[in-house]
Amino acid sequence: MTAAKVREKIAFSVLGFATVLIVVPILMTILYVVKNSIGAISWEFITQAPRNGMKEGGIFPAIVGTILLVVGTMLFSLPLGVLSAIYLVEYARDNFFTRLIKLSVVNLSGIPSIVYGLFGFTLFVVFLRLGTSILAGSLTLAIMSLPVIITATKEALESVPASFREISLSLGATKWQTVRYCVLPYAVPGILTGTVLSLSRAAGETAPILFTVAAFYLPRLPRSVFDQVMALPYHLYVISTQVPNLPIKLSFATGFVLIALVFLMNLVSIILRAHFRKKKLW
Amino acid sequence: MVKDAIIRTVDLSCYYGSLQVLKNISLEIYRNEILGIIGPANSGKTTFLRALNRLNSLNTSYSQTGEIFFRSQNINNISDNILRKKIGIIFALPQVLPVSIYNNVAYGPKVHGITNKNTAGQMVEDALKKAYLWDEVKDRLNEPAVRLSGGQQQRLCIARTLAVGPDVILYDEPCSGLDPISTAKVEDAMGQLKENYTQILVTNNTKQAARVSQRCGFFLMGELVEIGETVALFTNPKDKRTDDYITGRFG
Repeated sequence: MTAAKVREKIAFSVLGFATVLIVVPILMTILYVVKNSIGAISWEFITQAPRNGMKEGGIFPAIVGTILLVVGTMLFSLPLGVLSAIYLVEYARDNFFTRLIKLSVVNLSGIPSIVYGLFGFTLFVVFLRLGTSILAGSLTLAIMSLPVIITATKEALESVPASFREISLSLGATKWQTVRYCVLPYAVPGILTGTVLSLSRAAGETAPILFTVAAFYLPRLPRSVFDQVMALPYHLYVISTQVPNLPIKLSFATGFVLIALVFLMNLVSIILRAHFRKKKLW
Repeated sequence: MVKDAIIRTVDLSCYYGSLQVLKNISLEIYRNEILGIIGPANSGKTTFLRALNRLNSLNTSYSQTGEIFFRSQNINNISDNILRKKIGIIFALPQVLPVSIYNNVAYGPKVHGITNKNTAGQMVEDALKKAYLWDEVKDRLNEPAVRLSGGQQQRLCIARTLAVGPDVILYDEPCSGLDPISTAKVEDAMGQLKENYTQILVTNNTKQAARVSQRCGFFLMGELVEIGETVALFTNPKDKRTDDYITGRFG
């Protein structure tokens, strides 16, 4: 074997090993969570409200609460994020103002989630008088999700070949027709990926909902968007730290449900992506 | 031929930033002629072509002075949509959209408000026939356009441009990526279109300009050196630089 071939082998091994290393922690996390929650997961656990100081019963209100928060977050952040990204990429001229906006987007993603929580509390809960409510919590999570959605959408739009736009414009299409027919359809998979990524994060965050929506113990379902709800991550925090003598498997079971919920969202996005990819005729 | 100018440029100068790429171009393009534009790389041919339907302005650093008239109307008074509907362009490399053959051609009618399926279908068929592609694709209209060969793709682009109903078709080195047989087919299509369309052909291939065009202009470093009947320009050029270029002494 020549020296170049030996180096090639070594490089391949190192790269392959790095890839395997990525798979190990996720598999171990899942295995560990599943192993520790065995015996606690049951039909009752996911369909019943907690009882007896949260030591018994299930986590149904928290599951519903988290789903409602994710849907609410998506309703606010998806249109706002996608529309502003379209504006930034397709319409905005490159000047001081748009560079400032782009810089803000980048910096927004660097703000710690607890700061979003405080901000949401002062703006939505107190100033806009929404109270601790699903509405306030969704808005807070939506602001936190925006940077990822905007960045992902921007990148998805920018990766659509410039020639598509030129063809469309050269045929006399308007700017909006061009974006609508020749750019957006090819950016959808990228937009979906970014959206699900940021919604998954929103589903698992505790800090932003701490002051804006999450209820410590509320074993009934909300009646309107102005109600408080329980949410899985906050519930997990509460039962793990505030309830003495709670069986540890209940915490792990709650964690397992949260992970399962996020995986389910990812699954939906994978199916949607595959569907949109089929439409593209390369 | 009736010498009826459909496009007229007056003192057209074009700039990218502070770089001037075209210098005071004044010329007329007659109805239903094929005007060839030849010249070496960086002589401003493509910029001239794209100025006619305002595609240059997609580049934010672009600016121009002087006037362009289309049917005696200053194009500054014509909206982008109408101008580009009336003055279509074929790009250097065949650029098809990643959709079916049918939808590539139907895209233009769609954005111009043709929603009736039968009308659109008829327009697609007519356009493909005019571009000499119909017989090759009529049984596979729903296949991806990218599966066509390079030459077929370029004729598909011509069909797509024809489908919106232009008066003028601009060609930006349309055969630069094609083999001689595909090139011949594209040139055949251009010959047939002469009846109803005004065509402007920018090409690096001087022989192609000699074969296809009735009149020809020679651009060099942003200047229009000479323009005239193709036969005269190629047999008896007035300017020494034209002579040097077409006989291959430079460029």
